[in-house]
Amino acid sequence: MAVRKVTMPAPAGPGAAVFARPTAERGLLSWLTTVDHKRLGLLYIFTSFAFMAAASVEAFLIRLQLAAPGNTLLSPEVYNQMFTMHGVTMVFLAIMPLGIGFANYFVPLQIGARDLAFPRLNAFGYWVYAAGGLFLYTSFFLGSPPDVGWVAYAPLTSLSNNPGNGTDFYMIGLLVGGIGTLVTAMNLIVTVISMRAPGMTMMRVPVFTWMMLVTSFLIIFAFPPLTIALFQVIMDRTFGTLFYVPAAGALPILWQHLFWIFGHPEVYIIILPAFGVISEVIPTFSRKPLFGYPVVILSGIFIGFMGFAVWSHHMFTTGLGPVVNTAFALTSFVIGIPTGIKVFNWLGTIWGGQVRFTVAMHYAIAFLITFTIGGITGIMLAVPPFTAQAHDTYFVVAHFHYVMGGGALLAFFAGLYYWFPKMSGKLMDERLGKWAFWFLVPGLHLIFFPQHVAGLMGMPRRTQTFVEGVGLELPNLISTSGTFVMLVGLVLLAANILHGLLRGKPAGNDPWDARTLEWATTSPPPHHDFDRQPVVNDRDAHWVQKYPESVHGERVPENASEPYDRHGIHMPGQSIYPFFLALALLVFSYALLFHNWWVLGLSVALMFFFTYLWAFEGVGGRHLKVPGAPARAKGARS
Amino acid sequence: MSAAPATAVVPGMESGHYRSSKLPDIKLLMWVFLASDVMFFGSLIGTYLVYKDRSLVGPYPADVLDIPLTTVSTFVLLMSSFLMVLALHALRQDQIRQFRLWTFGVAFFGAIFLGFQVYEFAHFVDLGLTLQGNLFGTTFYVLTGTHGVHVTIGVIWLLSILIHSYVKPWTSKDEVYLEVAGLYWHFVDIVWIVIFTVVYLVEFV
Repeated sequence: MAVRKVTMPAPAGPGAAVFARPTAERGLLSWLTTVDHKRLGLLYIFTSFAFMAAASVEAFLIRLQLAAPGNTLLSPEVYNQMFTMHGVTMVFLAIMPLGIGFANYFVPLQIGARDLAFPRLNAFGYWVYAAGGLFLYTSFFLGSPPDVGWVAYAPLTSLSNNPGNGTDFYMIGLLVGGIGTLVTAMNLIVTVISMRAPGMTMMRVPVFTWMMLVTSFLIIFAFPPLTIALFQVIMDRTFGTLFYVPAAGALPILWQHLFWIFGHPEVYIIILPAFGVISEVIPTFSRKPLFGYPVVILSGIFIGFMGFAVWSHHMFTTGLGPVVNTAFALTSFVIGIPTGIKVFNWLGTIWGGQVRFTVAMHYAIAFLITFTIGGITGIMLAVPPFTAQAHDTYFVVAHFHYVMGGGALLAFFAGLYYWFPKMSGKLMDERLGKWAFWFLVPGLHLIFFPQHVAGLMGMPRRTQTFVEGVGLELPNLISTSGTFVMLVGLVLLAANILHGLLRGKPAGNDPWDARTLEWATTSPPPHHDFDRQPVVNDRDAHWVQKYPESVHGERVPENASEPYDRHGIHMPGQSIYPFFLALALLVFSYALLFHNWWVLGLSVALMFFFTYLWAFEGVGGRHLKVPGAPARAKGARS
Repeated sequence: MSAAPATAVVPGMESGHYRSSKLPDIKLLMWVFLASDVMFFGSLIGTYLVYKDRSLVGPYPADVLDIPLTTVSTFVLLMSSFLMVLALHALRQDQIRQFRLWTFGVAFFGAIFLGFQVYEFAHFVDLGLTLQGNLFGTTFYVLTGTHGVHVTIGVIWLLSILIHSYVKPWTSKDEVYLEVAGLYWHFVDIVWIVIFTVVYLVEFV
């Protein structure tokens, strides 16, 4: 499409750039300096898949070790490193960033915006996440990987109990990565509040965007307690403070509280975006509006609130007493209600719909079943006497893999199949997709269902091996063989992605006959997302535009966007400073880890330097004129 | 729909681009950041309270805390918030000289507060209260130190604004940049009121 570019002087921000701004549109520099939410979304998705591959290797090694009793493939030390890195990677570097990646790409498109509110901050968020993940993984080469479990309970993490630098990698890596998550969440909140298209009231916002808004609020309130807890352990290990030193009167259980005040909302930070994806996929492939949209939204908000009131159900066996346990058991039951309501909303949407069993819909239905099983074991674990038996056994492992893997991950695979045509402009192969599905999902159940049994028989988690002759051989063998089945599914999924990118048929703008605004633009969308500012007059804005008669709606007239387009489309300028700032933060992390105070001071100075360059560079950018759009009014402010 | 008359402003288009909120983005961002910062300080203050009276060895809070001294520094910090209001008011009226004066005043008062804190820390170390000595030292220094870092960033920010107002003369159109700095500053002040109450005043009830 021919788009006229009008270069403008920096229109906003307090000053002009000190150095020339990067303008590369191709090549490495264009990716390092991009502020385009679609490119950053792709970077997030790609990076999280890369980390997921690493975590899969770790999981595979764990299952190989547990294939038979008394196995010696992995030493206890390496085994500890593997399950720690697997958990940390999946939670912080794979599933959560996958949701954020989809949000980066689709939240602006769904609300009819052309970017996030702070494009450079968005780039910074990505680079900091990538830096944190990279930092964590260099522990394999620069010392030892963390081996304290993904929850890293004190006082196991103290310097005397854990003299290697693995724990430092964990603490600093998560702290740095968390900064990226925090700023991106803040960015998303401002975007959804202030950048919705004309006419898009809050009760017309697509459910995925709504769930990302709730998720972002969870992030900004949940990550600070984690950050402080990590900071305290870093202080303990680096400067000899006493936060988690029992001999000085400290209470190591404080770590558990701070960690789970973060950790339980984190569960919803992962699952709410997945709920959002499902709430897009199921209506589209049932050709029905989401059943009970307001209830789904309100349930999401309620889950967000209650997410902060259930953390101690992770600590039932720590001796908090019957009153506390009862209170947290009750709140945990209550939080199951809105989740159950949502499941019924999705079922109600499918009910009576014209269901098309695409691969995306396969994953959505697999999600419903698998997640519900995980939800039921969750309710079981919310009963303190039951937890007293099942705590720290494979029953818990099975439960959270059903909700994280069978819930969030399957939902994101549904989202991947659903949105792949929009992101790439190509279709994935449906037949290959169904083959992958029928390996992946049964494989998943084959791995994790027997773990319920092993857990109830008392097999402890985080233990390198198990003894012979107590009945654990069979469940473990089935579980391990399941990994091979799932592996085939994953390989086929990767092959399908490659096939789609290289040989996929052109997708067209709206291959699924979908409902929301991202399908109103081209696939992939142009850099400026929409040629004309979308104007919204109902929920499911794109559907109403296509079939006004089916919803008693009214088509928005062709020229309704005219008053909003008169000034041209402002495209923010590219910037290298988010990348440099993240790089300085990475240097800071290594300096802190290796106690190199000169480098530490230098990196702080660099961070200030880049912050100033960033600030005085301003938003910058240029204005695009799309042919056919109305002419700019004379005398209008730019 | 015919083109609106050039003089009429389409709702939401006041800034030249359509926006669905009346608050400027940068101000919204600051509010969201402050909401998050509440949890940062909440966690630190929570840790302080959990470990209160759990130190096994001295010095204990009552041995070292000096209410009159800290009352003075608290007063200085509170007055800096007052000057912040005056600075913003002056900028909105395009009274640039007053705006610069009051902005300098805020940063100066902030610096005085930091001076008090440095003196206090040095004095406490002399009295034997160290970061590694007991739980009170650990939690006290990390909590008030984090607050001090916030004040330091605020002072640097305000001085940057002051210098920048000479490089590129500021007018009332730039008020939102000062207002955002002001929001941050008032927040840091409010946090200090909580810290002053929880750490200092409660000891002598």
